[in-house]
Amino acid sequence: MTELSTFILILEGLLAGAGVTVVVTLVSLLLSVSLGFVLALVRQFGKRRALHALIDLYCEIMRNIPALTHLFILYFGLASIGFRLSSIAAAILGLGLIGGAVTCDLFRAGFAALPKGQAEAALAVGFTPFQTILDILTPQAMRIALPSLGNYAVQLLKDTSIVSAIAAPEIMFYARSMVTSSFQTTLIYTTVALLYLALALPLMQAIRILENRYGRLKA
Amino acid sequence: MNPLLRVTGLTKSYGPVEVLKGIDFKVAAGEKIALIGPSGSGKSTCLRCLNFLEKPSAGEIHLDGERIGVRLGRPMNDRQLAPQRAEMGMVFQLFNLWPHLSVTENVAIAARKVRGLSAREARELALDMLAKVHMTHRAAASPQELSGGQQQRVAIARALAQKPKLMLFDEPTSALDPELVHEVLKVMEELAAEGRTMLIVTHEIAFARDIADRVLFLDGGRIVEGGPARELILSPREPRTQAFLRQIRH
Amino acid sequence: MNRFIQPYVDNAGEWLPLLLEAMGKTALLSICAFALSLVFGLLLAVCRNTRWRWLERGVALYVATVRGVPLLAILFLLYFGLPGAGVTFDAFTAAVLALALAFAAQVAELFRAGLMAIPAGQREAALAVGFTPYQSFTLIVLPQVVRISIAPLIVTFVSLLKDSSLASLITVDELALTGRAMATEYFLPLQIYVAVGLCYFLIAWPFSLLSKRLAPPAAR
Repeated sequence: MTELSTFILILEGLLAGAGVTVVVTLVSLLLSVSLGFVLALVRQFGKRRALHALIDLYCEIMRNIPALTHLFILYFGLASIGFRLSSIAAAILGLGLIGGAVTCDLFRAGFAALPKGQAEAALAVGFTPFQTILDILTPQAMRIALPSLGNYAVQLLKDTSIVSAIAAPEIMFYARSMVTSSFQTTLIYTTVALLYLALALPLMQAIRILENRYGRLKA
Repeated sequence: MNPLLRVTGLTKSYGPVEVLKGIDFKVAAGEKIALIGPSGSGKSTCLRCLNFLEKPSAGEIHLDGERIGVRLGRPMNDRQLAPQRAEMGMVFQLFNLWPHLSVTENVAIAARKVRGLSAREARELALDMLAKVHMTHRAAASPQELSGGQQQRVAIARALAQKPKLMLFDEPTSALDPELVHEVLKVMEELAAEGRTMLIVTHEIAFARDIADRVLFLDGGRIVEGGPARELILSPREPRTQAFLRQIRH
Repeated sequence: MNRFIQPYVDNAGEWLPLLLEAMGKTALLSICAFALSLVFGLLLAVCRNTRWRWLERGVALYVATVRGVPLLAILFLLYFGLPGAGVTFDAFTAAVLALALAFAAQVAELFRAGLMAIPAGQREAALAVGFTPYQSFTLIVLPQVVRISIAPLIVTFVSLLKDSSLASLITVDELALTGRAMATEYFLPLQIYVAVGLCYFLIAWPFSLLSKRLAPPAAR
């Protein structure tokens, strides 16, 4: 068999996992961003001190423990006390919960970057505090956070490879099972790298466009 | 007598845009010269060409008889230029103090690293220079803790510590709040009284009139008119100079 | 709750030494990899600012590639893939190299951002007092870049520390792998993985706190 046809065979095998990779990425991205946005709102504008402390604690726990360990706790740990999650559900939940802490920080940085005058001007023209946050501050904070959110999305796409460790059938999982049945390890993992790169490149290009359009707002 | 600084045929282009179109002037030792002109006239570029922070496109600059920026017919690189630049003290519009160093260190570091003074000698020199600009009381401060006027005075001390043959001032008060301008001008006045050679790009016409020996009026990349300060400012000959001065007064 | 806590009390004597040793291995792995990534990263950042276009392009390509490829793929390629091409590493070396190669790209970007954050006037003032370009860089620019970069570098170290857990998948006996082995042996996966998480937290958290203290006020 020629190298090329081997490569195509491998690629076909890996593409079987690409769907799961994309779905896990997108769903956990959605979960991350929604959770992160709510956490950021409460942390930035909420008045309850206890809630702030709770959110800070949550973020620190997510930030200082590896994703792999979080996934093992969710998948193996919870199963041992009777909460059995499917590998894909555990993957999405794990990456989403971690991502919530990451994006919470990104949104908060966005809000923090806004000049005080923005809120003052909105209140002065008669907006309620709630309207001020939602209609005036949030759109601006989103713009500021967009490039770093894009970077996070790329990171998330790459991090989905970790969920192969809890047997979620994505690209890396197929690669690892292929390796055990063939000797083409170099070719297989090179193909894996290329495939992730092919998925990441459009995302990275989109980020660059966003950065060029909104980068000036950052300062 | 040989002039301290001689500039001949100085031109500078950025791509197709010619910013300086042939500048000629001489500065004698101890002379104070003010460069005035509308913004975009090329006066800052002209000053920055003198120590080669901008590389001139053509022309010659001689300081004390030595050709600046060219050796044996070949352009010098930044490393070769270093000792020549050390002969000229430069004061920038935005001060450009180094934020990671204290006020004293800002003034002392070049004496140590360029002229090879010991740490103690450099420190003493720095304190002397800070005394000249009335900043001794903030010697241990960090530049960020100072007002703009104070920062600019420290920047002047930094340039003085080079023991330069010539001081270059690039709009030293343009970035200052109005109430802080005076303290910087006063220091410059004192330096002028010491007989230093100074080249000043400025918008402060009254200051130029009182302190400079000569004024050069630049417009469109050329020297339109030059002459004794009082005479040029009170009764300019060229219509463009007249228009500029009329505008500034109102 | 008691049922959750009790195993810790019962097994502390056996678990603690195992976990402590594994923490040591994780720390060693992370420190080696981070030190190497600092060196690589600085080299890449310097290469990115040279006169040679092809070198700049090469570095940009490297950074973009590493940004788009999962660490796990790099790790497997080095450990499982290269033997096929005739190059063999032991697991620990492969892990150090993979982490260093991946994080060097991040470090390089941090240094580059730091370099771009220094206003041109800083270097001009340095040249104006008679510093050579080398002196301008080492005395004036570099110290400021280090000051700007130190907090994000510590954040990067924490990321690297966490990602070092992936070395467990190529049989480096660090914290994550020790956890897996213990989980099968004692059959208490929840308790053990929580303990492993706590171990990582104990190493990483002080650095996270430090990075916040060192960050400039505007970024806090």
